[in-house]
Amino acid sequence: MTSSTTNAPRQPLLPKWLKKLLGTLLTIAVTLLGLLFVTFMIGRVMPIDPVLAVVGERASQAQYDEVYRQLGLDQPLLVQFGIYILDVLQGDFGRSIRTGMPVAEDIARVFPATLELATIGTFFGVVLGVPLGVMAAVKRGSWIDQTARFVGLIGYSMPIFWLGLMGLLVFYGILGWVAGPGRVDIFFDGIVEPITGMLLLDSALRGEWDVFRNAFSHIILPACLLGYFSLAYISRMTRSFMLEQLSSEYVTTARVKGLSEWNVIWRHAFRNIRIQLITVIALSYANLLEGSVLTEIIFAWPGIGSYITVSLLANDMNAVLGGTVVIGVIFVGLNIFSDLLYRFFDPRSK
Amino acid sequence: MSTATEPSTLKAWLLAEEPTSRRQARAASVYQGWLTMRGNTLTMIGLGILIFLILSAIFAPLLATDNPYAQDLAGRLKPPGWEGHIFGTDSLGRDIYSRLLYGARISIYIVLLVAAIAPLVGLMIGTIAGYVGGVTDTILMRATDIFLAFPRLVLALAFVAALGAGIENAVLAIALTAWPPYARIARAETLTIRNSDFIAAVRLQGAGPIRIIVRHIWPLCISSLIVRVTLDMAGIILTAAGLGFLGLGAQPPSPEWGAMVAEGRKYILDYWWVATIPGLAIFSLSLAFNLIGDGLRDVLDPKGGE
Repeated sequence: MTSSTTNAPRQPLLPKWLKKLLGTLLTIAVTLLGLLFVTFMIGRVMPIDPVLAVVGERASQAQYDEVYRQLGLDQPLLVQFGIYILDVLQGDFGRSIRTGMPVAEDIARVFPATLELATIGTFFGVVLGVPLGVMAAVKRGSWIDQTARFVGLIGYSMPIFWLGLMGLLVFYGILGWVAGPGRVDIFFDGIVEPITGMLLLDSALRGEWDVFRNAFSHIILPACLLGYFSLAYISRMTRSFMLEQLSSEYVTTARVKGLSEWNVIWRHAFRNIRIQLITVIALSYANLLEGSVLTEIIFAWPGIGSYITVSLLANDMNAVLGGTVVIGVIFVGLNIFSDLLYRFFDPRSK
Repeated sequence: MSTATEPSTLKAWLLAEEPTSRRQARAASVYQGWLTMRGNTLTMIGLGILIFLILSAIFAPLLATDNPYAQDLAGRLKPPGWEGHIFGTDSLGRDIYSRLLYGARISIYIVLLVAAIAPLVGLMIGTIAGYVGGVTDTILMRATDIFLAFPRLVLALAFVAALGAGIENAVLAIALTAWPPYARIARAETLTIRNSDFIAAVRLQGAGPIRIIVRHIWPLCISSLIVRVTLDMAGIILTAAGLGFLGLGAQPPSPEWGAMVAEGRKYILDYWWVATIPGLAIFSLSLAFNLIGDGLRDVLDPKGGE
């Protein structure tokens, strides 16, 4: 743009898009490094002696010193941090004291359960929340708008673990509509050979419909619970995005042209908020992964949230920090994903 | 903007069209906000709930019908209304109503502590980053972003794991996860203030950076931080209750509401009230803050509520 005014149009060292990409990559790298630094420091300040956890109380001083060296604790802090980063980059989070397995393997085993739960929850949130938000914006101040507001208010104020208990009490205890805590009845446990680790998907793929039905009955309540919180967030954001669009001039123009209200809302206004919506949905998905910590405890769901909490209560620090890093990385990843999506696909942000 | 009210002296002073002092102008704008908020029924309901809960926390010793720690194993898990136990008894026969009252003290104590620590940390980091600028700014803001990148509850869990369970550590963990948004706000405010004439004037008088930040920038940042804190209160309560529920906050026999829900969880199908009632208490406190926050946002940022 400015090159036309200068005599010799200078070629920049790197094309603009590449520079932008490198900048983004650097930001990601720094954020992830910082994330690891925080978990590393948490691991350092904890009052539990990692050596004692390995050798036990009765070990001799010589044994203690040997393990102390093996764990690399005699190295300077910076070197230890370097070793930690290298380990994590290779997917090595150390061994869990509680399960005796490598933490990475544990996480790979429990993570699909969380993913399954959060995915179905987000699905409910999107399917119900987007139309609710759009209608609330279109019919502003009407009963549907009030409903959306009420749903949001309750969602932001309700302790998720308590709502889960109430759900269990009503739908499992009193009405008996759904199955209780756990992922599947003990009778069906272990029938389906895991493919993806997501029980619903696996049982469908293997054609084990009895297991599928039972697993569905188990997942529906926690998924609805997470879906409710996702719904509260998504509908609120959709409403505010839509209001912004509906008050802009092109909508008035479209109306003046005589387009039907349906056309104006869905073909014009809604089309412009799609990218923003995907960003919100990605963020809500990330939040559900976090929200699943308490939900999983309530529903005895064998996911990463339960894994972190149970390990925490057992003072199993490797497992806690490994889980924290994994959730943190996913969180960062989804944030960056939505950010990139926004930047590259929304022409207004250029 | 209603000037047609009967001229009681204080009201007239507050509603004067041309304030004569800075204090009067400030009081008048607060009063205008209060008038707007008073018209919002939901906000007033929230304020009512909050005042009710604060009063019950303050007068807990007078209102309680029993000692919140006194066990009565013969009268355990009795339903609400049994022998004067308004909300029934828990698994150790303790009176749930009295425990709720004392639990309100703990919840409010936690919220107030976090609401004091987190904004203060954010204020310090944000103003230093904004005022000093350059490399310091980059480093501090990167750190802020990293903390923002963590999911809050999971980070709080990890901190509690490192520090050990307990109320004070829970407060510290929540505060450590809650400060980044405040740092951002404080930095943004500082950037707009930094180059103004009065700061240059103070600097010419020989004031050092610490004096400028503490005496001249902080006072101007505080109002926007207070608004944000009010909006965050409900989240703080829910996180604290969540930690309590997981057994990482207040330790037994302390009547913390989240821990009470956890205690009642084992009996949920047979003795519903043990978990239900403390949960309702958590819900009402966080609802109260959300209602007040909504009203406050309408007053302070009329566009944001749309």
